[in-house]
Amino acid sequence: MEYMLFICTDSTAPTTEPSGYTIDEWVAETTDGGTRRHGDRLRPANDATTVKLRGGRLSVTAGPFAETTEWIAGYDVIECGDLDAAIEIAAKHPMAQLGQIEIRPMWPIE
Amino acid sequence: MRALSDWRKGGIPDNPGAWLTTVAKRRAIDLLRHAGAEDRALRRVAVEEYEPVEPDPDINGDIDDRLRLIFTCCHPALPMDARVALTLRTVAGLTPAQIARAFLVTEPAMDKRLVRARAKIKHAGIPYRVPPPHLMPERRDGVLAVLYLLFTEGYSATGGALIRIPLLREAIRLTRLLVELMPDDGEVRALLALMLLHHARTAARTDAVGNVVTLEEQDRSLWDRDAITEALTILRSLVPRAGRYGLQARIAACHLEASDAASTNFARIAELYDALAFLDPSPVVELNRAVAVAMSQGPEVGLRLIDALVTSRGMDDYYLLPATRADLLRRMGRRTEAATEYEKALQLAPSEAEKRYLGKRLAETRR
Repeated sequence: MEYMLFICTDSTAPTTEPSGYTIDEWVAETTDGGTRRHGDRLRPANDATTVKLRGGRLSVTAGPFAETTEWIAGYDVIECGDLDAAIEIAAKHPMAQLGQIEIRPMWPIE
Repeated sequence: MRALSDWRKGGIPDNPGAWLTTVAKRRAIDLLRHAGAEDRALRRVAVEEYEPVEPDPDINGDIDDRLRLIFTCCHPALPMDARVALTLRTVAGLTPAQIARAFLVTEPAMDKRLVRARAKIKHAGIPYRVPPPHLMPERRDGVLAVLYLLFTEGYSATGGALIRIPLLREAIRLTRLLVELMPDDGEVRALLALMLLHHARTAARTDAVGNVVTLEEQDRSLWDRDAITEALTILRSLVPRAGRYGLQARIAACHLEASDAASTNFARIAELYDALAFLDPSPVVELNRAVAVAMSQGPEVGLRLIDALVTSRGMDDYYLLPATRADLLRRMGRRTEAATEYEKALQLAPSEAEKRYLGKRLAETRR
């Protein structure tokens, strides 16, 4: 199955140095193992732009579509057997300790 | 589940293993036939699991499959209410209407909950399996939490009747099943013991008109001695280092082994709550510990612990806090203060039966 991992901030997370993998090590291991398809960091919410077309009129607003204290800092697309495998992979990411990770299954257009 | 109930009716068949597999398969096909499209995600897997092993002379085939079902229904990626509903639907075989009634929601709402849960199992790729050893402790705890929630829902109903017997029975039945499936797991057996000890007091917990009778005032001859004996036998079989259910069961046993309320070993109960607070720190555990201390060392000491709890923890809307303070103040003869606390508790109490009990106490302190 294919999953998108949203790597998110969490203002309530402890600020202690995370144990285990660094991001580089996590990327190397999951990429070499054939699990991680692609992924990247995202510029912060300050650099976001939201676009809407309503009744033919284009609306362009600064910032993300939802004002939240947390934001998506990056993403990774992984391919693995089931949700338990995805949970284990996500749990090894240092941002599981410094922030939080949302796992969403892909919904391929058939 | 069905095999077990058939056995009780017709005696154990000559070849239980093969017979169980047949029953399970027949039931799976049965279920599939009756299931709507949204039911199929989970059911299809269940049937597929049976097909390759036929004919299976080994009873383990069936045990593994039921375990897979339980662990799938109780997966932590499902919301708690969905885990409970799915377990009742799929493992216990209750109808959506029965589950809806037990949880005081409409049948369409319960249907929706079940449909969403099954959709998530399918779409999110929740595995249909018994978890591997490295995930087992956490997942086992997850299953026990579902079973215990089912039990407590039945035991301290949030609305209407104080005790909902069907949920209690289902919780015990499912826990018995899990004990059969995981016979080497002490915490599973401890949970069964805990449920049996609480359930043993069911007949004594309310009077003829449905009013609450506190543990202290219960008619101990109404307690179910067989259930208590079974639970105590389980507790003796456990290793001394207990988990959270083992500790809670031992606490319940301390109450039930005493011939009357006054001879209860509250010092031992306070010790057990100490251990429980270490394993599973929560304001409710702290409150119970304070009560045990009050009963063994006097209400003044208990009251001091509770006051410390009020300032350090947010328990403002928990009715048992003012109710406990009221009870201790009453025992100390501070009736005016007790009445004020009873009034607070009365406003927060979740069930009619609890309200009636507190109202009666309030009237007594004002007399």
